[in-house]
Amino acid sequence: MANDILVLAEHSGGQLSDSTYELLGKARELARSTGGKAEVAVFGPADLAGQLGAADTVVWVDHPALAGYVPEAYEKALAHVLAQRSPRLLLLSNATIGLDLGAALSVLWDAPLAAYAVDLIVEDGTPVATCQVLGGKVLAEVALDADRAIATVVGGSFGQAAGQADGTAQVVPVAPPASLDEARMSVRRVIEPEAGDVDITTADLLVSVGRGIGSRDDIELVQELADALDAPLSASRPVTDSGWLPKSRQVGKSGLKVKPKAYLAFGISGAPEHLEGMRDAELIIACNTDAGSPIFEIAHYGTTADLFDLVPALTERLSG
Amino acid sequence: MRIVVPLKTVPDLVEEIEFTGEGTGIDREYLKFVLNEWDDQALEEALCVKEAAGGEVVVVGLADDPDIEQVLYTAVAKGADRAVRISGGGESTHARSALLAAYLSGSPADLIITGVQAADDLDGQLPPMLAARLGLPHAGVVIAIEAGDGSVTVRQEFAGGRSAELTVTLPAVIGVQAARQTPRYAPITKIRQVMQAGGIEDVTVAAQSGGHGLTIRRMYSPERTAHAQMLDGGADAVADKIIELLRSRGLVKG
Ligand SMILES: Cc1cc2nc3c(=O)[nH]c(=O)nc-3n(C[C@H](O)[C@H](O)[C@H](O)COP(=O)(O)OP(=O)(O)OC[C@H]3O[C@@H](n4cnc5c(N)ncnc54)[C@H](O)[C@@H]3O)c2cc1C
Ligand SMILES: Nc1ncnc2c1ncn2[C@@H]1O[C@H](COP(=O)(O)O)[C@@H](O)[C@H]1O
Repeated sequence: MANDILVLAEHSGGQLSDSTYELLGKARELARSTGGKAEVAVFGPADLAGQLGAADTVVWVDHPALAGYVPEAYEKALAHVLAQRSPRLLLLSNATIGLDLGAALSVLWDAPLAAYAVDLIVEDGTPVATCQVLGGKVLAEVALDADRAIATVVGGSFGQAAGQADGTAQVVPVAPPASLDEARMSVRRVIEPEAGDVDITTADLLVSVGRGIGSRDDIELVQELADALDAPLSASRPVTDSGWLPKSRQVGKSGLKVKPKAYLAFGISGAPEHLEGMRDAELIIACNTDAGSPIFEIAHYGTTADLFDLVPALTERLSG
Repeated sequence: MRIVVPLKTVPDLVEEIEFTGEGTGIDREYLKFVLNEWDDQALEEALCVKEAAGGEVVVVGLADDPDIEQVLYTAVAKGADRAVRISGGGESTHARSALLAAYLSGSPADLIITGVQAADDLDGQLPPMLAARLGLPHAGVVIAIEAGDGSVTVRQEFAGGRSAELTVTLPAVIGVQAARQTPRYAPITKIRQVMQAGGIEDVTVAAQSGGHGLTIRRMYSPERTAHAQMLDGGADAVADKIIELLRSRGLVKG
């Protein structure tokens, strides 16, 4: 109802995503302030209510079209649930599913959307979001003062513990909308990631390189440093997209989550999607010529030295 | 196949950001604007689809976007067939999507390909909003588009490198994360030639309501809470310090 906070569950293979628990934990906290309930919408055949005891309500829609994630089918099902449950706030993760559904529902459900939210509070009954703009260079504080709203939340912004608390959720089955019987979209196959030559998730030390390296030819320079440190070379997305390093080296939202003892970042700006994959490293040292780049907000040590000076200087000391 | 590619310019992220007097917006006056990097990927993928399956690529920009002409001419130099400039501006994604939807309602496309997001999307991403306004199916975070008969097969990416192949009936809107290859480069001489020839088509569309409904209280740089300790000195001094930090944690042998 009008004070409830609704979370869309993301799951595959009977497993709920980390983000689902992060959002549910936050939903419980916000619902206490609005005087409403924390509800989770679950789509598909899997019975996940037992893993969502922290919710007050699990709204469950099943239909053959919801067997896996299909943007069109999920959009129809979520629009249907929103019309039936009329929550105050819908929380989605700011990843593929949230990127697909948030903006579409903002139009279809006629609700303002705060994207890239990293914090959410309720002030006098009004949800207020803090959002990252321009790759994290700017923060915007926005009040969601319409009577309904949507926030897509950056992964890792909230802890999971509160969303994993014990309890029993009331399960409310909702009949699927008839529109699900027609589809303009279907899944042809699901592709699992290829295993890489090195596993960057188990290394104690990572040397990581971003677009600041400028060209494929200069990758060699950081590879030499990585070799001298006996550490794998990892990268930000533009480097793997350009084919300068294999996809298995990509750190971040759509790459791998890493937690080394030390992460050396060269020429990486620190976009939210990159930080999502490495923010938990024990020690982060960042080299970026732009003192205003967001990587310095989470790095422990930083330098604005030019990587083309610093990297050879480091290599020289190690091989000397 | 008629492929429409909406393009947008965004502030260059390397620039110093200043805020407006009230502190609720970004001061755009002295900023340098560049093509949204995901739109560049979308254009590349659209040109690849055209090369593989035939058709026409129409690039579309909004007149109020800074330096949009440069971006449209560059796209033509890369191989787009036509460039359209729509009157008005997009203060928000809601406003942009309303203008583009009005244009597309009048000149329908088979396939609309645009960047999955832009760096200044505070109120959400364009492709799903546009699709919702047009009543079309959509998918975002796409890394490959293959044209079929009345449909496209796209590869949509999820966390951890997982992806799924979706078959989507046309017309549809696709949000591109990365093209199948590095975006092509147009030589300056070619761009100049295209500019001299002119030929951007101007289109006026009926203004539609496109408010985003958010109340922006303030915008600020997060640097205030920055906690990186900056290492001083030249590259040599910094290198010494970094080696020391690693050695003290047992991460450098010897
Ligand atoms: C759905 C989605 C998923 C994504 N997933 C990921 C992901 O998994 N991983 C990921 O990394 N990104 C991901 N991204 C992309 C992300 O938004 C950024 O575009 C990307 O992280 C930027 O990479 P970068 O920091 O290397 O490049 P840039 O942002 O271009 O930064 C390059 C930096 O190098 C610095 N620099 C330049 N020259 C030098 C020099 N000589 N010395 C030192 N510094 C220099 C510059 O100041 C700049 O800050 C995703 C985006 C989307 C939309
Ligand atoms: N191929 C297309 N490209 C762009 N807009 C379209 C297309 N087909 C239909 N539309 C518009 O989308 C809106 C809703 O279409 P529909 O829901 O498919 O009837 C109408 O304004 C149509 O003019």
